[in-house]
Amino acid sequence: MTPMDPAPLRRDLVRAASLAALAPALPVAAQPAAAPAAAPTLRVNGAVHDLAGLDPRTTLLDWLRERLDLTGAKKGCNEGACGACTVLLDGRRVNACLVLAATLDGRSVTTVEGLARADGTLHPVQQAFIDHDAFQCGYCTPGQVVSAVACITEGHAGSEAEIREWMSGNLCRCAAYPQITAAVQDAAARMARGEA
Amino acid sequence: MNEGLGSPMPRRDGRIKVTGAARFAADVKLPGLLHAALVTAPIARGRLVALDPAPALAVPGVARVLTAADMPRFAAVTTPPMATAVQPMQDDVIRFEGQPVAIVLAATPEAAEAGAARVAARYAADAPLLFSGERAEVPSRESFYVFEEPDLARGDVPAGLAAAAHRVAARYHQPPRHHNPMENSATLAVWEDGRLTLHTAAQWTYGVRYGLAGALGLAPERIRVLAAHTGGGFGAKGYTWPHQLLAAVAAQVTGRPVRLAYTRAQMYTMTGYQPEVAQEVTLGADAAGRLTAVRHASVSNTSLTDDYIEFAHAGSAGMYATPALQLSARMARTSLNIPMAMRAPHEGPGMFALESAMDEMAHALGMDPLDLRLANHADADPSDGRPWSSKKLREAYGEGAALFGWRERPRQAARDGHWILGTGMASCIMTVFRFPASARITLRADGQVVLEAGTQDIGTGTLTIFPQIAAGELGIPIERVTLRHGDTDLPETGGTFGSSSTACVGAAVQDAARKLRARLDGIAALQPASLGAPAEAPEALLRRAGLADLSAEGRYEFGRPFDAAGHAGSHAMRTFGAVFVEVAVDPELGLMRLRRAVGSYSVGRIVNPRTARSQMIGGITWGWGMAAMEASVVDPALGRFLSKNLSGVAIPVNADIPADIRIHFVDEVDPHAGPLGAKGIGEIGAVGVAAAVANAVFHATGRRIRDLPILPEGLLGAGAG
Ligand code: FES
Ligand code: FES
Repeated sequence: MTPMDPAPLRRDLVRAASLAALAPALPVAAQPAAAPAAAPTLRVNGAVHDLAGLDPRTTLLDWLRERLDLTGAKKGCNEGACGACTVLLDGRRVNACLVLAATLDGRSVTTVEGLARADGTLHPVQQAFIDHDAFQCGYCTPGQVVSAVACITEGHAGSEAEIREWMSGNLCRCAAYPQITAAVQDAAARMARGEA
Repeated sequence: MNEGLGSPMPRRDGRIKVTGAARFAADVKLPGLLHAALVTAPIARGRLVALDPAPALAVPGVARVLTAADMPRFAAVTTPPMATAVQPMQDDVIRFEGQPVAIVLAATPEAAEAGAARVAARYAADAPLLFSGERAEVPSRESFYVFEEPDLARGDVPAGLAAAAHRVAARYHQPPRHHNPMENSATLAVWEDGRLTLHTAAQWTYGVRYGLAGALGLAPERIRVLAAHTGGGFGAKGYTWPHQLLAAVAAQVTGRPVRLAYTRAQMYTMTGYQPEVAQEVTLGADAAGRLTAVRHASVSNTSLTDDYIEFAHAGSAGMYATPALQLSARMARTSLNIPMAMRAPHEGPGMFALESAMDEMAHALGMDPLDLRLANHADADPSDGRPWSSKKLREAYGEGAALFGWRERPRQAARDGHWILGTGMASCIMTVFRFPASARITLRADGQVVLEAGTQDIGTGTLTIFPQIAAGELGIPIERVTLRHGDTDLPETGGTFGSSSTACVGAAVQDAARKLRARLDGIAALQPASLGAPAEAPEALLRRAGLADLSAEGRYEFGRPFDAAGHAGSHAMRTFGAVFVEVAVDPELGLMRLRRAVGSYSVGRIVNPRTARSQMIGGITWGWGMAAMEASVVDPALGRFLSKNLSGVAIPVNADIPADIRIHFVDEVDPHAGPLGAKGIGEIGAVGVAAAVANAVFHATGRRIRDLPILPEGLLGAGAG
């Protein structure tokens, strides 16, 4: 892909991301009937949380923000168009506003709060965002950081052009885009050298 | 590292912003919190005939539905600090689509939204009022939005045009565009002992205090406004909007904390937008390219109730030397919600027209567009002849052109496969806005310094820049400075808008630090000198004098509550620059891409080149959005915004913006703009870009596009220029 190829539309990326979020939920729903009826749970940043009694309308985003007080993931549109709510679901990036929390029994979520090490050492992506001044107001930043982690692990950080395409599901109105691209490139190199 | 003025300090809010620890307004929680959801009118104009809250009250979790009957009567307040003169839920008149008519309060966001969807309302609709330049009117000077004279004339324009060897006359147009900060505005309001506290998304904490105090009839001291971090503003969060007023009332009526968070759709109708602007520019020039006359007239849309106006000619008033100037700004009412200042207001729309017209003139003259600008350089303010406070625009042109390779560019459009490459440039200019500010600095005996100012963090770098200025003045490491901000309990500052914070609040911080140093010197003079001892650390001096801490208050003042373009003083105050772009056009598919850009600016002293660079890249990206995609389409039958979301309205994404954007600042200190020698930079980056892009498209294809945005249908089939 060259920088001048017509870009895939943002909504295509968003659609792909939301389908990816829903598809793996199916086998979980089709558990054998004989399985013991355990209370539904969801793992978030390593800790197990009870999903019992959940309002079925509650999105993963609202559940994280209102119930767990994990407010790193932001609500910028609530309809899958901005990426501010990006979290990792079983390691894949999803828009948390498009996922119903009640569908996530047995799954595992990583939010921006779960990226740094317990001793406070930042994830290489987080450090690279600071080093490259890759944000201004910081509102889109949790989503950008989580999306960047996935972009690198997906293998979509091979070139500047590739990063720009695969980071286009995360809007930044402050428009730190060139700095974000540089940060992702830098972090990808650090992670490839095993600094993660 | 020298940590004072001019050092590229990394942002001090880095860690909290990359870990999700930074709390924005909607991230704050309190026990007993009620979630508010607004019911809004679906018609642009008419009356609310009936409203039945019963179905909403039947939704489990819904605690209360508030209608106009539950509202106190709000007192009239000036605009600003209120964003609009007429507040919602005071009568049954509908003045724009999206106007709130009821508030549903519930224990969870899900219940509040479900309730809002069930409130039964009936309306009687009148025909909407659409934008028409035919109905242009002169704005009333009662609104503070009208901070300039709508008309300005100097010299004899008809004579200048008659004498011209070349004339250009053209009309330009741009649609409404929304700010769309990534954070939707939100307020958490709570009353305690007759005192109101708000956690809110704001660019001006004190403005929200004044707006609410006026509307609610409260002493300002009884209102505390907190805004720790604001998720982008760009003008959408400058003044006091319904989320603040309605959250305050809902919390008062229910006796519980209330959070009112706008949806993205509500951002489109309750925070403003850059209005639709129609412009006409006429230029005359002699055979050598020197301007003989400049005429610039504009009409922008406003609402039924407010006189917001876009002074599109603001740039033309200060840009080029000319013996004759005739400028006018008018507004035309529509039944849309009120427009609002948006990065960059006034010069932003206006310089698209002026700088496109200058390019047309350069083409008519067969002159290099840069040489035409240089030939018309204004050595003094063309509108009133005053000297400039400082101006290094010639250097900005020259150094920017060298960085871009402007003089070496191909004269004919180059080809790269399907793409035709064009280059274009434009001048940039922005009014310097100034507001008084104050700050307090306290040195403690343990060596820590606490800096306090009510100012906001909207991402422009204030959390780094102000401690940087204090540390530099006191000669201490920045790690020892803690900034407390975003709170009306702290010393008063103006809004973080009009590109004013660094220069004005920064000057107050510098003043406070200098006063503190003077007080330390005074204490030192009273202490017995220890001969031959090395210079004593200030905190050691404090301890020796038996003081726990020492404070000083600093101020930045110029005898007025507000100043634009240096009108308060003897010198005209503007920022200047030049932007150069290379765009690629694929005429078979109608595609247009930004390949590279250089922005070169004469804007006074740069306090932090690192955060400043990000500001300018942001501005250029805003300019690209204006040029290439941004439009909030108005439905001609319904008189409302067609798409109130981020999927039907395009704003730039990462793939739109190349890495090759170079930012250059001319070495400059403005001795008149304040003690820092700094002016503002937040808005000028967005100025001129759309013209530079349109000029590059003309260079590439020979097609002159005067209607923004430049969309595929305008480029299809364009031949190589
Ligand atoms: S809030 Fe989820 S994509 Fe915008
Ligand atoms: S940093 Fe403000 S929206 Fe991205």
